[in-house]
Amino acid sequence: MITKYALRFTALGYLTMLLLVPVGMIAWKAFENGWAPFWASVTDPDFLTALKLTLEIALIAVPLNTVFGIIIAIMLVRHNVPGKSLINAVLALPFALSPVVVGLCLILAYGQSGWFGADLANAGIDVIFSMPGMVLATMFVSLPFVAREVMPVLREIGTEQEQAAATLGAGQWTTFRRVTLPAIRWGVIYGVILTTARCIGEYGAVAVVSGNVIGQTETMPLLVKRLYEGFDKQGAYAASVVLALIALSTVLLMTMFKPRQEA
Amino acid sequence: MASRPLDSALPEPRSFASPAAALPGLAAGTAILYLSLVVLIPLAALLWAAVGGGWTEFWDAVRAPDATAALKLTVAVSLIVVVLNAFFGTLLAWVLVRDDFIGKNAVNTLVDLPFALPTIVVGVVLLLLYGSSSPIGVDVSYSRAGIVLALMFETLPFVVRSVQPVLYELDRDMEQAAASLGAAPFTAFRRVIFPNLLPAILSGGGLALAKAIGEFGSVVLISGNIPFQTQVASVLIFGRIESDNQDAAVAVSVVLLVLALSILMLINLVQRWGTRHDH
Repeated sequence: MITKYALRFTALGYLTMLLLVPVGMIAWKAFENGWAPFWASVTDPDFLTALKLTLEIALIAVPLNTVFGIIIAIMLVRHNVPGKSLINAVLALPFALSPVVVGLCLILAYGQSGWFGADLANAGIDVIFSMPGMVLATMFVSLPFVAREVMPVLREIGTEQEQAAATLGAGQWTTFRRVTLPAIRWGVIYGVILTTARCIGEYGAVAVVSGNVIGQTETMPLLVKRLYEGFDKQGAYAASVVLALIALSTVLLMTMFKPRQEA
Repeated sequence: MASRPLDSALPEPRSFASPAAALPGLAAGTAILYLSLVVLIPLAALLWAAVGGGWTEFWDAVRAPDATAALKLTVAVSLIVVVLNAFFGTLLAWVLVRDDFIGKNAVNTLVDLPFALPTIVVGVVLLLLYGSSSPIGVDVSYSRAGIVLALMFETLPFVVRSVQPVLYELDRDMEQAAASLGAAPFTAFRRVIFPNLLPAILSGGGLALAKAIGEFGSVVLISGNIPFQTQVASVLIFGRIESDNQDAAVAVSVVLLVLALSILMLINLVQRWGTRHDH
């Protein structure tokens, strides 16, 4: 009995001091001087531009990673494509690789002195230090989530229904749309939630390729860093609260759509 | 592609392959192109840059005193953090599966927060409670303890989420047998439960280790970036890129890439070992 309470107390105490109190304090700090300073911070043009850019990047990266995540999952589970183990490794890497290294890789490939730098410059396309580079960085770090969530579901549902549909004369697209997609939809939704959170919150990879042009290549996390170090802590806290609220909604959605109910 | 002979739809025994779900070549090709543009070509560019300078230059950059110090510090704090979170993560998983209390679902939801909270915000919130104006008088800013704290926050969910399902599925007969044979609860845990959880603890810990070694956003504010003292590898790389010293950035990045790949391979081995022990 005593053991039980000691374990509970230690586990919850750890969570409280590490997570709950610090995250709770940001809400208190942001509203310490009432609504007015918070409102001033979240209606500041820099804030609004950063929010808009963050959402624009997510709006490009999330759909692309969703569509290609599903295709890659089907490729890996249902087909014997050459280089399967390489693709599998590539799907694990964004979880393990430092975001700063991701940014550097993109500079070396698409930056001015990178592999395709001269070609891109001739074509008049700026990748690094502008929007396309930030989208690429975001896509890299959030690439695996949908595929990783869909793959176990595909294995679980098997192929009987898909074969039945084909036997009854359904084409590939019809089979996918009417049989496969409905079966994997919860995995897809869960993957999209994780992808979106990562796209909105990514700091390191985006920081490396953004060039930090205020009002042009500044996303929400970059704004938080600049305001915090520029001693506009009130502004940094306000932006942090907005991001923390997005994160909180994310974990609530994650709980709602969790594929397997363990607890 | 519209009509296909029926016999091609016959199931292959013990295979998930299904011609019915066959991908049009165009979709597969586009996906490979996408993977190449976003991940493979940039990675190849990094390796190319590392090889391009030659081995001596690569080694000189890695063995530069500040780079070596940063790499050692990164690995050391990451290992400390993984050991701490292997313990607390297993404990949290245990409490979430075996205990029952009001608000358990809320706690279970909260465990995922580090996955969703932007890393830079993690740094900001930790400095509120454990920074220079700490209301409880604990200031870990610009110190190695601060790095450990930030990494503990970031890697908290990994072990919990890998141990939880295993613990949930674990057959309680064995524990009851151990207890009925006179084993004290701790002995039963050590001899019966722990061996079953070990593969999950190791693979969750491995992911946490990889994450900790590469972590940047949550550390950058709290560490203060003091060379030889609180400068971790990712922050060092960032500084090198900003100051246009790309060769040094490339060399340390390749070391991080190799570490990440090695950890992923080890996790793979542990998972295979774990499934072999299932039956």
